Amino acid sequence: MNDKPTSPLALTVNGREVSAVVEPRTHLADFLREQQLLTGTNIGCEQGVCGACTVLVDGVPTRSCITWAVSCQGAEVRTIESFDEDETMAELRAAFTAEHALQCGYCTPGMLATARDIVTRLPQADEARIRLELSGNLCRCTGYVGLVRAIGRVLEARRQRNLVEA
Amino acid sequence: MQPSEAVDLAIPADRAAVPAVQGAVGSGLAHESAVLHVTGGAAYIDDQPELRGTLHAAIGLASAAHARIRRIDLAAVRAAPGVVAVLDAASVPGLNDFGPVVHDDPIFASDEVQFHGQALFAVLAEDMRAARHAARLAEVDYEALPALLDVDQALAAGSRVLPDAQLRRGEPEAALAAAPHRLAGSVRHGGQDHFYLETHIAYAIPQEDGTTRVHSSSQHPGEVQLQVAHALGVDAKDVVVECRRMGGGFGGKESQPGQIAAIAAIGARLTGRPVKLRLDRDDDMVLTGKRHDFRIDWEAGFDDDGRLLAVRFMQATRAGYSADLTGAIADRAMFHADNAYYLEHVDILSHRCKTHTVSNTAFRGFGGPQGLFGIEEVIDAVARHLDLDPLAVRKRNYYGLGERDLTPYGQKVEDNVIAELTAELEADCDYAARRAALRAWNAASPVIKRGIALTPVKFGISFTATHLNQAGALLHVYTDGTVLLNHGGTEMGQGLFTKVAQVVAEELQIDVSHIRVTASDTSKVPNASATAASSGADLNGKAAQQAARKIKARLTEFAAARYGVREDQVVFRANRVHIGNAGNGNGTATGKPGAPLSLSFAELAKQAWMGRISLSATGYYRTPKIAYDRETLSGRPFYYYAYGVACSEVAIDTLTGESRVLRTDILHDVGRSLNPAIDLGQVEGGFIQGMGWLTSEELCWSADGRLTTHAPSTYKIPAVSDVPEIFNVRLWERGFNAEDSIFRSKAVGEPPFMLALSVWHAIKDAVAAAADYRVTPQLNAPATPEEILRSLTEARQRDVEPPAGATA
Repeated sequence: MNDKPTSPLALTVNGREVSAVVEPRTHLADFLREQQLLTGTNIGCEQGVCGACTVLVDGVPTRSCITWAVSCQGAEVRTIESFDEDETMAELRAAFTAEHALQCGYCTPGMLATARDIVTRLPQADEARIRLELSGNLCRCTGYVGLVRAIGRVLEARRQRNLVEA
Repeated sequence: MQPSEAVDLAIPADRAAVPAVQGAVGSGLAHESAVLHVTGGAAYIDDQPELRGTLHAAIGLASAAHARIRRIDLAAVRAAPGVVAVLDAASVPGLNDFGPVVHDDPIFASDEVQFHGQALFAVLAEDMRAARHAARLAEVDYEALPALLDVDQALAAGSRVLPDAQLRRGEPEAALAAAPHRLAGSVRHGGQDHFYLETHIAYAIPQEDGTTRVHSSSQHPGEVQLQVAHALGVDAKDVVVECRRMGGGFGGKESQPGQIAAIAAIGARLTGRPVKLRLDRDDDMVLTGKRHDFRIDWEAGFDDDGRLLAVRFMQATRAGYSADLTGAIADRAMFHADNAYYLEHVDILSHRCKTHTVSNTAFRGFGGPQGLFGIEEVIDAVARHLDLDPLAVRKRNYYGLGERDLTPYGQKVEDNVIAELTAELEADCDYAARRAALRAWNAASPVIKRGIALTPVKFGISFTATHLNQAGALLHVYTDGTVLLNHGGTEMGQGLFTKVAQVVAEELQIDVSHIRVTASDTSKVPNASATAASSGADLNGKAAQQAARKIKARLTEFAAARYGVREDQVVFRANRVHIGNAGNGNGTATGKPGAPLSLSFAELAKQAWMGRISLSATGYYRTPKIAYDRETLSGRPFYYYAYGVACSEVAIDTLTGESRVLRTDILHDVGRSLNPAIDLGQVEGGFIQGMGWLTSEELCWSADGRLTTHAPSTYKIPAVSDVPEIFNVRLWERGFNAEDSIFRSKAVGEPPFMLALSVWHAIKDAVAAAADYRVTPQLNAPATPEEILRSLTEARQRDVEPPAGATA
């Protein structure tokens, strides 16, 4: 594979500064999976519709399958592997497990990225809002019941704690 | 969406006094991979570390529906950057076929193309992008041949993949002629793409002495093993197929993975390098089979109360270009043409039409939903014709208890609980009052119309091919008391591995955390059936139970001999083994003959090993009682039936054709649940998937036979926003399998799918409301906005101008 144009890329992946060389058309999902060996990000449709590949780029849920890696120059990318110290994600992980918000698990990392965005950005979100915000992430197994319940449970717990602290 | 009620089923009396082990049968244990899934640690095939020299494959697809290939020029493909090799029909060392039943599925088409998107060749390249890019560069010269694209064309041409089949009972013609009322109709439903989130994938690794290991995302590794062996021209012993988990299957990975695995394996053998083939979503949707779409023509005779006196069905299904599993699917559609209703005089004619489209395959329900679709259409039409509540007509036609209980194929319905379920849900969801209120509401609402329907499901459990109803398991106990479990089933997210581990935990009375369930592997459990027909836990749970019981019996015998007690004085309970009259289990291991003592399971395992007792066992199970004659379509194909009922209320916008499900109530019988949380997930997920089939999931083909809905941008599976606003799902507390199934549970994978027919009939009810319930809507599935608008227009026209010659 010679003669292909390449571009230098410097970004932060899961808190680690990374310098790499990528082809201009390498998408972020492939960069993460093939070069960074972060295979927790799953590829479902490769056209930005199913949401399985959702990661956080500068804190914003992003379809990594239609995001060029080179467009993430200087960005901070977080994948499902990076949240072990993250309290919000810990709560979501526990809630997803307890509420059976997963079956085959293929959509789960993307769901969690979106879910974390919902609970941090929309602390007052009700069920209707959760459904609206989550509607860009497809799950073929669960019928979404456990997913909505898991996110609602974390939101409610956070609201309760804030009340207590206030 | 209201939270579903988590049901904690009562522990059976014989186990009630036993201190539970963690993950015991009946507990709502989380999915065995849940922690891996939420941390990104679950390895799908594409996530496994790639071996040195791995090549990536992509498939070159045909761009004609039916054509003779005059010439195919692959020079540009071969010359493309990164390309290492190109495979086509001539590259196949063995048999160029992956047909699971009939050998009519070429891995690569050579002379004749039989559908738009058929595989012509595969490219092996240094990376996936290079392979996919090169696969587009072939120049193919086609000589177009006449193409049959749908059921109507195939029926007219007499085109079939398999012979027609017919199932008759009684005197349907005479009973029809004598019936006080007669109706006839024709209705269609579409196919359905599985849309598993993980597309088809295989990773083939060449190994020493001509052997090959294939990682295949497959519900049927044993079949893939044979398909690969045939393609390579080697023996089954030379191929090992492994699958730890799939990112969804739904039937789409039953027969279809064979082609993907064979291509990877051929590439691996020819190049000596590992080959990975992961389909792009669009290629996956174009190349691999889907649910069978049906046209169902029917004729029914009935009395003034809506009781069916005679029914005739013509079921015509589009098989696509090859047989694949169509025979068994069309058979099951015939076996489910009755749903929960007694059909005394009945005639079911089944056409398995050959078309120049992708070969349709297994999909959750496997013909069952198609069969139910037909009879529910009949019931609804009868009720509307007589101006009766469709639910009343349904109940009137239910199979009886001890009478009116023989199915058209001669199996007696002995475990019928449909009337009980219906009564319970009808009361719970306040059906009658809501139906009355809804009619009043509609009268005052000119644009938005609401509809409601309560529909039953009865679904036969067992593979109709009797020989497939067997399973094996392999269980090792190590000297630290931990267990490694393997069985012939596969994990596609449905929780099979969790349930089978629970069965072993229960049998050995050890915490489930001490049990590891390992990847399905043809070298561990041979000749396993597909994980299909909802039978995974029924079959593999029993096989694993038998293996556990063998080990337990050996440990018991050993302990009794060593400690000088009777075997019935050796009791396994909550991670410990109580020997002698240990009573409270606090005794210590004195080693003195006859003294009561208690050992940990691990201590006993270690002692047994020291005593040279085998701690490894196989388990085997075959479903009893079933026997069925494929020639006459009669006998007992099913071990038992699963039942459920659902009530849905919808609203449609008569100006745009849009529909929404406002509320759904479900009561489903899973017997005595192995894991209520997992079962609830199956019911919820199956229902929503069925809703997709009947509402938003529309497969479209262009006039030249090209699938135009080949990605989620154009093919709409349900999103969370489509889930009923109120969604009450309950497992039936009194559920109990009348047959001796694994801990009296019932299969749950497929039956809930058909509960979505309640949504379908609620939509029809809403369409009927738009013409003041004076005409029976003609609606085909899926009920897209376009189809609802078409149906509304047609219904209103008929309402204004009744057809000439309309009968009573």
